[in-house]
Amino acid sequence: MPKFRGVKRWAMLFSAMLLSSILLAACDQNTPSILNPQGPVASKEAGLFWFVLVVATIVFVAVEGVLIYSIVRFRERPNAPMPRQIHGNNTIEIIWTVAPSLFLFAVLIGTIYTMFNLSNISGQGRTLEVKVVGHQWWWEFDYTNDNIVTADELVVPVNTVIHTTLESNNVIHSFWIPQITGKTDVVPGHNNDKVFLASTIGTYRGICTEFCGLQHAHMSFLLVVKSQDDYMSWLHNQQAVAQAPTDAVAQAGMKIFTGSGACFGCHGIVGVNLQSFSDPHANALIGPNLTHFATRTSIAGLVLSWNPQSCVVGTDSSGKPAIQNPSACGLYQWLHNPQAVKPGNDMNIRPLSDTEIAQLVAYLESLT
Amino acid sequence: MATRTIAEGVSLTRRKRFGETYIGAWIMTIDHKKIGVMYIVTAFFFFLVGGVEALLVRTQLAVPNGNVLTNDQYNQVFTMHGTTMIFLFVMPMLTGFGNFVVPLMIGARDMAYPRLNAFGYWVVLFGGLFLNSSFLFGQAPNAGWFSYAPLTEATCGNGVLCTPGLNMDFWALGILMLGVSSIAGSLNFVVTILRLRAPGMTINRMPLFVWMSLVTSFLLLFALPSVTAASILLLLDRHLGTHFFQAGAGGDPLLWQHLFWSFGHPEVYILILPAFGIISEVLPVFSRKPIFGYTFIAWSGVAIGFLSFTVWAHHMFAVGLPLVAQAFFATSTTLIAIPTAVKIFNWIATVYGGKVSFKVPMLFALGFIAMFLIGGLNGAALAVVPFDYQVTDTYFVVAHLHYVLFGGTVFGVFSAIYYWFPKMTGRLLNERLGQVHFWLMLIGVNLTFFPMHILGLLGMPRRVYTYAGNLGWNELNLLATIGAFIIAISIMVFLWNFIVTMRSGEKSGDDPWNAYTLEWDTSSPPKPYNFEVIPTVRSRRPFYDKKNPEIADWKTATH
Repeated sequence: MPKFRGVKRWAMLFSAMLLSSILLAACDQNTPSILNPQGPVASKEAGLFWFVLVVATIVFVAVEGVLIYSIVRFRERPNAPMPRQIHGNNTIEIIWTVAPSLFLFAVLIGTIYTMFNLSNISGQGRTLEVKVVGHQWWWEFDYTNDNIVTADELVVPVNTVIHTTLESNNVIHSFWIPQITGKTDVVPGHNNDKVFLASTIGTYRGICTEFCGLQHAHMSFLLVVKSQDDYMSWLHNQQAVAQAPTDAVAQAGMKIFTGSGACFGCHGIVGVNLQSFSDPHANALIGPNLTHFATRTSIAGLVLSWNPQSCVVGTDSSGKPAIQNPSACGLYQWLHNPQAVKPGNDMNIRPLSDTEIAQLVAYLESLT
Repeated sequence: MATRTIAEGVSLTRRKRFGETYIGAWIMTIDHKKIGVMYIVTAFFFFLVGGVEALLVRTQLAVPNGNVLTNDQYNQVFTMHGTTMIFLFVMPMLTGFGNFVVPLMIGARDMAYPRLNAFGYWVVLFGGLFLNSSFLFGQAPNAGWFSYAPLTEATCGNGVLCTPGLNMDFWALGILMLGVSSIAGSLNFVVTILRLRAPGMTINRMPLFVWMSLVTSFLLLFALPSVTAASILLLLDRHLGTHFFQAGAGGDPLLWQHLFWSFGHPEVYILILPAFGIISEVLPVFSRKPIFGYTFIAWSGVAIGFLSFTVWAHHMFAVGLPLVAQAFFATSTTLIAIPTAVKIFNWIATVYGGKVSFKVPMLFALGFIAMFLIGGLNGAALAVVPFDYQVTDTYFVVAHLHYVLFGGTVFGVFSAIYYWFPKMTGRLLNERLGQVHFWLMLIGVNLTFFPMHILGLLGMPRRVYTYAGNLGWNELNLLATIGAFIIAISIMVFLWNFIVTMRSGEKSGDDPWNAYTLEWDTSSPPKPYNFEVIPTVRSRRPFYDKKNPEIADWKTATH
């Protein structure tokens, strides 16, 4: 059919482009792909996907094949006779009721078997207990037995079973780390349990997947998986009380932080306005705990990345403290105008001068 | 002014009554055909509105960190896209076809309750306008078409404001109005189909579109009360201080989800069963064969209807239900796939061995089978609970539901439009433009929705107004947006076709497709009384019998 030659070439080019773009996309290092699992729970879930994909492909090819064959083979031809008027055939009906049932029940057995075994995992050492609290729009991780609290970063040791309890006192969120475990909703009044384990050291993206309002898109978090030793030293550091800064710029920043009606109305720092991580007053606070803020790598639900190297505090032409390269400093952008970065969030602050921002950044950088 | 001579030299002038003017004849009508056409035109208008909303969504997501819409605008637009497409496009569109076609198909002169019928239409129109008027206040519904509490509450405990504005009041009141209309409409269908069939048309000889309309009407009657109740409870929570959905005060957010989905899943079948019926009418006519396995298609529709009330919690696998309950809903969802598969096989068997002519209604019907199969397969995958934990609330689900609702229902709707347009207007839509429309739409649908499967597997959640550029989602999102605009172009082609046809389209005659059912055995468009003489039915293809008396079905087949 020469008429179709051009069409075919275009179709081939197009399919090649489609396929290559998919492959390119799948190769991205940061992609939270469920097909690149790094823990036993996600592995079981991905395994089931491949099984279902094989079954579905067989059915797809067979059914679309017969459909296309029928269309082509029985297309209207000139002078073709009237087709036989067949109304049905009970034997065939029974066959094609039973055949898909067999496929479907094979899949169902795999489903139910995997479902009941999903939380059946074992790791090294004791189970790490974490209370996960979904806020609008950030995550709080309360290490129940270790007496620390972190925000937007869940740091865990490798090959250790993590048992989380999911709580919310506002709307429904959903806790999901695609490469580690499927999702469980965080429903007010239902403290769901979730068990998982990460078997590879690394950093994985966690995502809120229940629509939770204006900033649902920016409610991600990081699962940071460390070796047992690294985790223990991280934990000891986190359990320490924040040290008062020695540097004059940072001291000025601390003054701003603790000024009347300022940051500490919403944010707690153990050693400044909180006695300990279990301070009962901590419940009244609305924003993330900042005790070891400098050890974090992101802010505001992964909207901005953050590290002290890109936020160097120097001086401006008149000798006042200033951030040297504000456009590279996520924390500067955040403090400069949090509503522009993440519209609708709870951080409604008075405009800060560049000097004040530099002082605050210096203070926050001292919270190691 | 109508002037009539009474006697020589005397003349009497009378003003036309309002109901006799062109506009008045439509506004005052209780004729099922006119009401049907008004439903279809209104639904198509809302299809365009919902389509523009979809284009806004896709434009915002075309590239990472898009800034076409703000987050609040995006939430309003995606909520109204879903709400509009389901409640203001698909439901009234299918009701419209039911209205126009069902009485003709069963050989009746009108619906059982013509005034109730007109009432149903006007409530849909004003309900739809009411819902959309929320845009004038800048406060369109913004919590998704599923409106999960407690996000939809005015406050959700602990001093957290959720949706204090008018947004959710518009949604809840709008849904109540549309529910009233649907109840009226479906009662009317049930009574019409059960009581007004022509002599000889037993239940077992009804066209399959009538069967599916009957099943759909029953589904609506049993499913709507729970969403009506839920909407009222939500309004009480918002305005009278009750706490049905607030955990802090002893309520439960999951109550909303159970009430909503025990409506919401039958609703999914309400949106697709009439399309099954349309396909079951179109395929035989253009294959020149009777439908294969009539009884199986009809009763698998009934089976789907019953089972659709047992599967609602498969929308809730991730909320932490007991594992045994999840296993139950996985099983019921597996079961409902079986009658659906049976239907697909019967449709293909109808084509097999036929003499297939590729008129545009047939193209859309065949496209329906091909696309709906994909929607069925990825739907069955979603019943695999551990896999569902991974992909629920991701773009994988968006892909699934659009293959079912766009690849399925919308293809069915266009098949119906091309098929029954000559009956409604007496003109045939242009064949060539129709083919362009079909192929553009087929390409557009696959380009838009296939990449979404992969986006879901790559971890992209639903309902996000933007995404970061370093997550590997960029190319696929751009591809989906290009596809959406191709669909938009195909719709333009259709609108052009409509204009061209209404101006100078080919006259169709009464029976352009050499069809089998009674609606073709009358003039195009039919007279207000439908049939000069009510036909007598002796088989499932009464008009075929009339045209082929020697080989009539009632002579050769036993039904």
